Amino acid sequence: MSDGDTRLPIEPLEVRHRREGLVHLALTAAIALAAVPALAIVLFIAYKGAPAISLGFFTEMPMAGMTQGGILPAIVGTLWLVGVSLLFSVPIGILAGVYLSEYAGRSLLARGVDMAIVNLAGVPSIVHALFGLGAFVLFLDFGTSILSGGLTLGVMTLPVIITSTKAAMQSVPHTFRVACWNLGATRWQTIWHVVLPNALPGILTGVILQVSRSAGETAPVLFTGAAFYLPILPTSVWNQTMALSMHVYALVTQVPKVPEATKYATALVLLGVVLCFNSFAIVLRTYLRRNRRW
Amino acid sequence: MNEAPAVRIRGLSLWYGAFRALEHVTMDVHRGEIMGLIGPSGCGKSTLLRCLNRLNDQPYVRIEGDLTIAGYDVMSPTTDTLALRRDVGMVFQRPNPLPISIRDNVLFGLRLHAPKTSKAEQEARMEGALREVMLWDDLKDRLHHDGESLSLEARQKLCIARLLPLKPTVLLFDEPCSALDPAGTAAVEELMRTLRGTYTQVVVTHNMQQARRISDRCAFMLMGELVELDDTAQLFTHPSDERTARYIEGRFG
Repeated sequence: MSDGDTRLPIEPLEVRHRREGLVHLALTAAIALAAVPALAIVLFIAYKGAPAISLGFFTEMPMAGMTQGGILPAIVGTLWLVGVSLLFSVPIGILAGVYLSEYAGRSLLARGVDMAIVNLAGVPSIVHALFGLGAFVLFLDFGTSILSGGLTLGVMTLPVIITSTKAAMQSVPHTFRVACWNLGATRWQTIWHVVLPNALPGILTGVILQVSRSAGETAPVLFTGAAFYLPILPTSVWNQTMALSMHVYALVTQVPKVPEATKYATALVLLGVVLCFNSFAIVLRTYLRRNRRW
Repeated sequence: MNEAPAVRIRGLSLWYGAFRALEHVTMDVHRGEIMGLIGPSGCGKSTLLRCLNRLNDQPYVRIEGDLTIAGYDVMSPTTDTLALRRDVGMVFQRPNPLPISIRDNVLFGLRLHAPKTSKAEQEARMEGALREVMLWDDLKDRLHHDGESLSLEARQKLCIARLLPLKPTVLLFDEPCSALDPAGTAAVEELMRTLRGTYTQVVVTHNMQQARRISDRCAFMLMGELVELDDTAQLFTHPSDERTARYIEGRFG
């Protein structure tokens, strides 16, 4: 300590310690403000919905104008829709992200495409829904079906998957690429053997977020694939189906005399389904990350 | 030395944009020898080394002259860099093992170029490579460990070992010891000495003692020019150029 150096206007230590304390407090408050509402929502829904949860709620068809029975077709329908959207958006999104990261370079065109994709990620879901209605339901004549709904969800999730893939690829240290090239690897061999395996955890993070979004968004499936009331299980992608997000919307706003608990229980199941998808992806990501150290 | 030289450089000039980094460099490296490249920072020694396996292929780089290495006409646009880099291996300043097991690191290049190699042949080549770099006895029981888990010295040796299963003829070293401690430096230098004769080695170093200890012949470069090239003993005791004399005496650089 050079407190004895009278030529410097040394700031008193207690001032700096106090400032550090204030900043720490402010940051803690911020995380609390963010976490408390989220937790409160989940607990509130769980509390209100729990009375309606039973085995039958998961395994039965809705009955009596959806005021009784279970929500099986909505659960199954959501799984179908999310499945179709992932089958479409994950391969295309990852390959497009790889292209943008490794092959596109920094040309004006590449930067333009890049910017377009980033902006597309911010387009409201109702706009994607209208696009899906025009493109898949009407123009390609897939009708109102799981295929149309899944593709619409896929288009909606594509930009984020592309962007996160690209970011994950670019965070892989450059020295790995140089090491590969110097052993005579082609660009694709470098990507396949080194860059992609190391980018997978980051790519999965993007996919996880989009799974939740696919399952939760109502607008994109509203015109394209989801049925209001259809108490049968879908058997192919050409069927219409019920969906959890849509069902919550219907129960809350469209159907009279639905018990309070049933509405909240449906929302709780939607949360649970998303959580299942996410935990699977998080376990996979943790497994892939085990031996990464940067 | 009645064979053709392993590296033959004639009138090589290189520009980074408008900046001329190499000026009409001409030299031969004989088969099996260790050639040292010394000179102050920015003299072009690393640039020259990077030309040898086409690491300078960038739009803003312009190169003129003739360059033959391991039988490849490096300057020809039709020369395949994949094959060139199979025969001409590069070792970098910072050891850069891949984040995979030791075994996979050593076999990485082999599997790229000859994916159908039998398991037995792969194991034999891997053991041979690790023996050549004197790592086999230490590592034979933990070949499945991550290459990045090793000490810096062992990592650098691993980076040398992974070049060997493809039987290259020329090894290029870009300041291979500058990230290592004195013991690691001594070990890598010892390794380079044992590889002498089997491989042609070109070593860029800013460490004059190192150049003196390991190289057979040595080239002094300054501002993109090859000032002097001679037997190492001769260059360090009786330099013929005043600039070389001043550099090796430590008066600049």
